[in-house]
Amino acid sequence: MTPPIRQLPADDPAQVAAFEARIAAGESIEPKDWMPARYRSQLTRMMSQHAHSEIVGMLPEGNWITRAPSLRRKQSLIAKVQDEAGHGLYIYCGTETLGVDRFDLFNQLLDGTAKYSSIFNYPTLSWADMGVIGWLVDGAAIVNQTVLAKTSYGPYARAMVRICKEENFHKRQGYEICTVLANGTPAQRAMLQDAVDRFWWPSLMMFGPSDTNSPNSGELLRWKVKRKTNDELRQRFVNLTVPQAQALGITVPDPDLRFDPETKNWVFGEIDWSEFQQVIAGHGPCNRERLEARRTAHADGAWVRAAATAHAEKRARRTEAA
Amino acid sequence: MAESPGMPDSHWPLWEVFTQGTDGEPFEHAGSLHAADAEHALQNARDVYTRRGEAVHLWVVPSAAITASAPSDAGPFFDPGNDKAYRHPQFYKAPRGVRVF
Repeated sequence: MTPPIRQLPADDPAQVAAFEARIAAGESIEPKDWMPARYRSQLTRMMSQHAHSEIVGMLPEGNWITRAPSLRRKQSLIAKVQDEAGHGLYIYCGTETLGVDRFDLFNQLLDGTAKYSSIFNYPTLSWADMGVIGWLVDGAAIVNQTVLAKTSYGPYARAMVRICKEENFHKRQGYEICTVLANGTPAQRAMLQDAVDRFWWPSLMMFGPSDTNSPNSGELLRWKVKRKTNDELRQRFVNLTVPQAQALGITVPDPDLRFDPETKNWVFGEIDWSEFQQVIAGHGPCNRERLEARRTAHADGAWVRAAATAHAEKRARRTEAA
Repeated sequence: MAESPGMPDSHWPLWEVFTQGTDGEPFEHAGSLHAADAEHALQNARDVYTRRGEAVHLWVVPSAAITASAPSDAGPFFDPGNDKAYRHPQFYKAPRGVRVF
């Protein structure tokens, strides 16, 4: 699934040392600055995966736009899905500052060689899923992105600042949906509980592999691309979320969940990493459907791109003639 | 997926987007985008960067038209402005008890 890893040229040790001194001093790295080839390739990988996730993330929710239970909910959902498109665009543009072309990134997504967040390969079966995605999935994304807003690469950090502001609306609207269902009929409460049961563990997997099994983490932390480890962020998310679940009066599908008064952490059970690996490897419930939907959307949009190009060319010719 | 040569939308020119938050404030760089021409760039900039009333005015500038100082110049290029403390009011002594400002 991973794009072929090219052999990267060796960096000049003196330049690496100067670069690492800048990182240590808390400086922000900008597109034209010298950076190690690994820094560039790791960021390209992370940022493009992040951009792809925003774009594919439109699909599970787009599924419910026509079936939203009220105009108010429908407006919010359309606005949220439109935000995700915008977030994808910010991050694609940020990735291009590293010297890659969005067209190539797009093709990697469409031909299935690029990765995106595993969470979007789960189906959205009920309206409660819209609430739970806003609450848990966007909630997890916020925990992750709040830290990424301090990442050492300037364009990525700036895109994250903008995105974090907008994601707060996503989480609030999701939690509001959950609150209404939690206070609704027994059938609505059951629907909410079912959605939480399905999305809880995949949400925890969003933070990526455990620190003991995260080969990229050391380097990314040293270069301050990441500021916290996957497990630290996951724990932070669980600590924030369990009280919110309690407020809703629903249970989290983890028999091992308990509060540790010593560490003040909500200790959770073992994540099923084989499921995570399966979904990452393309065998999740919706991997094929998502890619197919993206390919269709891209192909259906070809005439719009062609028309915009033709229009611009026509205007340019007229300006020349005048 | 097959697109005719020269068609890919990211081969449209890159534009830098600047937003003015409220009237009279300076324009700030918001980000960049691809668009076929200036009008298209303005419309895309509105949709991508101002969904929540972030701007009362927008500029779009072809990225290729921007000349930037080089990062390696950061020291020497700005040096002339860095060693002239006498350009700041704090450089000057005022008699104790006199309000100069």
